[in-house]
Amino acid sequence: MEREPSAIRDEYAPVIFSQETVSYIESLDMMSGEEDRENILRARATGKAVLTRPFRLLGSHHLGVVLTFPVYKSKLPPSPTAAQRIEATAGYLGGAFDIESLVENLLGQLAGNQAILVNVYDITNSSDLLIMYGHQNLDGDLSLLHESNLDFGDPFRKHLMICRYHEKAPASWTALTTVFLFFVIGLLVGYILYGAAIHIVKVEDGFHEMQELKFRAEAADVTKSQFLATVSHEIRTPMNGILGMLALLLDTDLSSTQRDYAQTAQVCGKALIALINEVLDREKIEAGKLELEAVPFDIRSILDDVLSLFSEKSRNKGIELAVFVSDKVPEIVVGDPGRFRQIITNLVGNSVKFTERGHIFIKVHLYENAKAMTDTKVSTCLNGGSNESVLTSGSQKFKTLSGCEAADDQNSWDVFRHFSDEEFRSDASINVTTNNEASEDVGLMVCVEDTGIGIPLKAQGRVFMPFVQADSSTSRHYGGTGIGLSISKCLVELMGGQIDFISRPDVGSTFSFTAVFGTCKKNVFNNMEKRNAEALPSGFRGLKALVVDGNPVRATVTRYHLKRLGILAEVVSSLKLAAGSCGKNGSLTSGGKIQPDIILVEKDSWISGEDGVSSVWQLDLKQNGHTFKLPKMILLATNITNSEFDKAKGAGFSDTVIMKPLRARMVAACLQQVLGMGKKRSQGKGIPNGSSFLQSLLCGKRILVVDDNRVNRRVAAGALKKFGADVECAESGKAALKLLQLPHIYDACFMDIQMPEMDGFEATCLIRQMESRANEQMNGEYMVEERTARKVQWHIPILAMTADVIHATHDKCLKSGMDGYVSKPFEEENLYQAVARFFDPKSTLKS
Amino acid sequence: MDSVVQLQRQLVDYTVQLFNEGFLDDQFNQLQQLQDESNPDFVVEVVTLFFEDSERLLDELAKALEQQSVDYTKIDAHVHQLKGSSSSIGAQRVQKVCIGFRNFCEERNIEGCQKCLHQVKREYSLVKTKLETLFKLERKVLAAGGSIPWPM
Repeated sequence: MEREPSAIRDEYAPVIFSQETVSYIESLDMMSGEEDRENILRARATGKAVLTRPFRLLGSHHLGVVLTFPVYKSKLPPSPTAAQRIEATAGYLGGAFDIESLVENLLGQLAGNQAILVNVYDITNSSDLLIMYGHQNLDGDLSLLHESNLDFGDPFRKHLMICRYHEKAPASWTALTTVFLFFVIGLLVGYILYGAAIHIVKVEDGFHEMQELKFRAEAADVTKSQFLATVSHEIRTPMNGILGMLALLLDTDLSSTQRDYAQTAQVCGKALIALINEVLDREKIEAGKLELEAVPFDIRSILDDVLSLFSEKSRNKGIELAVFVSDKVPEIVVGDPGRFRQIITNLVGNSVKFTERGHIFIKVHLYENAKAMTDTKVSTCLNGGSNESVLTSGSQKFKTLSGCEAADDQNSWDVFRHFSDEEFRSDASINVTTNNEASEDVGLMVCVEDTGIGIPLKAQGRVFMPFVQADSSTSRHYGGTGIGLSISKCLVELMGGQIDFISRPDVGSTFSFTAVFGTCKKNVFNNMEKRNAEALPSGFRGLKALVVDGNPVRATVTRYHLKRLGILAEVVSSLKLAAGSCGKNGSLTSGGKIQPDIILVEKDSWISGEDGVSSVWQLDLKQNGHTFKLPKMILLATNITNSEFDKAKGAGFSDTVIMKPLRARMVAACLQQVLGMGKKRSQGKGIPNGSSFLQSLLCGKRILVVDDNRVNRRVAAGALKKFGADVECAESGKAALKLLQLPHIYDACFMDIQMPEMDGFEATCLIRQMESRANEQMNGEYMVEERTARKVQWHIPILAMTADVIHATHDKCLKSGMDGYVSKPFEEENLYQAVARFFDPKSTLKS
Repeated sequence: MDSVVQLQRQLVDYTVQLFNEGFLDDQFNQLQQLQDESNPDFVVEVVTLFFEDSERLLDELAKALEQQSVDYTKIDAHVHQLKGSSSSIGAQRVQKVCIGFRNFCEERNIEGCQKCLHQVKREYSLVKTKLETLFKLERKVLAAGGSIPWPM
């Protein structure tokens, strides 16, 4: 470097001390440069550090700036002026900033991998940027600039540093990936949401569709029901027409072939109607519209009815059909008799259809008893007792009704006998207990046991399914539609019970079901429509009978039916034993053998026994020397051939054979015939079986009938005479008064209300007045009557006869002194009720 | 001569027809049941009484309705009698007309009453003829040696 002595000036600022690195500036006059000189002077004046413009430094030729500090000699006053400063100046301190190396050193680390371009400018003069470092032209990545201010400490000057990347930053993989990932995630989330939304929309759509379909299905169901109902109604009407016409046709004169054809058509028609009814039933049940009635009814009479339906068929097939109802089952229960009958008919019908030999046995027990039975059975099993296959003589291998094996072990004879014996013996106590349970529900168990072909094991699961039969060929062979059992199941379940079965192929089936019925007091039932329930004849009460039957189950059934008629029965298993027990008149064997009025012999027992036993027996009786009435011998049979009948007659049996299945009413009729009791009239509508009641009430009573109408008098008199009363007629109120002058002989008076001159009310009033007068007179007197020697108040029962019972003015009747009213013409039920109030049924006949 | 069975058949059919056509009702059955060995002609007697009574009543009714001032109470009384006796023997259709007749009486409807009288007369003669035929059939059956198959 060239050095020359500096020019002559006022002031000089030579470098006295310097750092080693810049030793080349030693003794250089700082004021030689114009700018430097200004800087120094300024620094001296302001007392602050002053920076130069960027220039090329002497040594390195880098761009740099020099910072100059003034140094003052003495303490300056607190706020010195420039002059004072200049005065006090001792020297100057300067530092050179090599911007280039400064920047490079500082930023070398920052640049990192990428080249960072730095430009440092002096921007004191905003229009004229002085480059301190960096290339003149800005290149590199101008998109990303970072500007920062540099402060060297000189307030006059401003410096700016601009950093930029030399090259555009390559796409940052991280960023890209992150962005990409975010994008992907965003997509996924979006997709999920979208999918969810779509799903919801789909589900909603599906829901709406389902709703619509549901409406359509329901509508279709309703339509179907309506259709079925309409169609079946439409079908039923002409069907009934057909059946009606067939009935009329059968009433006319027909040749036998014609009759045969017509009857076949009728049977088919009836079957068709039954089928339609079944299908409708099913519909009703499915629609839940089936309602059960709750009326009082008699189970035993319903079973009788069902038996009569099937008696001929079973007799033709040679099957023994029997019913047994346990004593503990109340006489009257509250439930739906029609549906109950339907179930029983269905089960028994099935049994009859599918049984060719053996028996069909219907048992009704209280549910608690039935359960106890099974427990007993279990216990006997445990005790090692075997109930099946007891080898006895003859064909009876099993202790069942017919001797054929039955499917259900639990209903075996031993258990059955155990309970039925108990019941027969402890009669009275049971009645007491049942009366105490006023209106509780009673659970009954009904078993229908048959010895038919059974149900194949494979089909047993489908038995209760509608329209399904055990075998596709069943319908062809045996007929039927297959709905019956499913309807029965529904009905049973509606009655609060369950139905089940045990079946062994080729052995038989036993169907059992339980049902819950209500109970009611007997009086309630009597007051209701007793007209429909024909009571059993009571003329047999107290009779004693002996039943000869080797089959214990069958004998128990017979005994049950006799019991319903009030006949006490004992059972022996063979004629010999019978002869032995009856022959010894009055001998005290165990249990006190009774002297029977009738002996009922089961045909099988008689035939398998010895012939001529009866004659031996008769001989035996005579030998005892007692003359007593010979008991009548009656044969019981399921079927009987002519030759057997003749033999029976020859052996001393009566002409009447009681045919099985036993029904109480039929047994009663046969006994009536044999014993010569009761009326000769046949069973017909309007036969008052209750006439026996009325008869006992009215027999021998003297009754006055008052009516102005001749015809009515005759009819009323005739009706009352039928019941055994003594009737006299009067044709007006006046005449009645005359006849009823006290003392009179009448027990009761039937008075017509509407009569000319003096009507019934008036007449009654007068009669009562008459009576009260006489009664007053009687006080204190001892009245001797024809019949009784007691003190008696005159009060003849007067009953009004009116055609209009419903609107009868009950009050008026009572006010005028009448005791009640009866319908005109007489209705038995009504008559009985009215009359029963006055007449004691047990009163003896008046002479 | 027809056989007993055929005659019985005829009788039964005829009776059934009468019931179906409503000429007779259940009360007639009841009457038949009152007939037995001690009372073998009960039904015929009662029905004859009915015929006599009804003819008398119908005459009275005709007379009463021809009067200038109609006495409805008397007419009502007669109709009541007729109603009573017809119901006692089970002459259903006669009885029904009587009920209507009584209504007209209450309303004092002369035309209605006259119409009813006509109707009653007609029904009465119908049922009379029918019952007479019935009894004839019965006699035939009895004459042929059969028994009357009562009740239906």
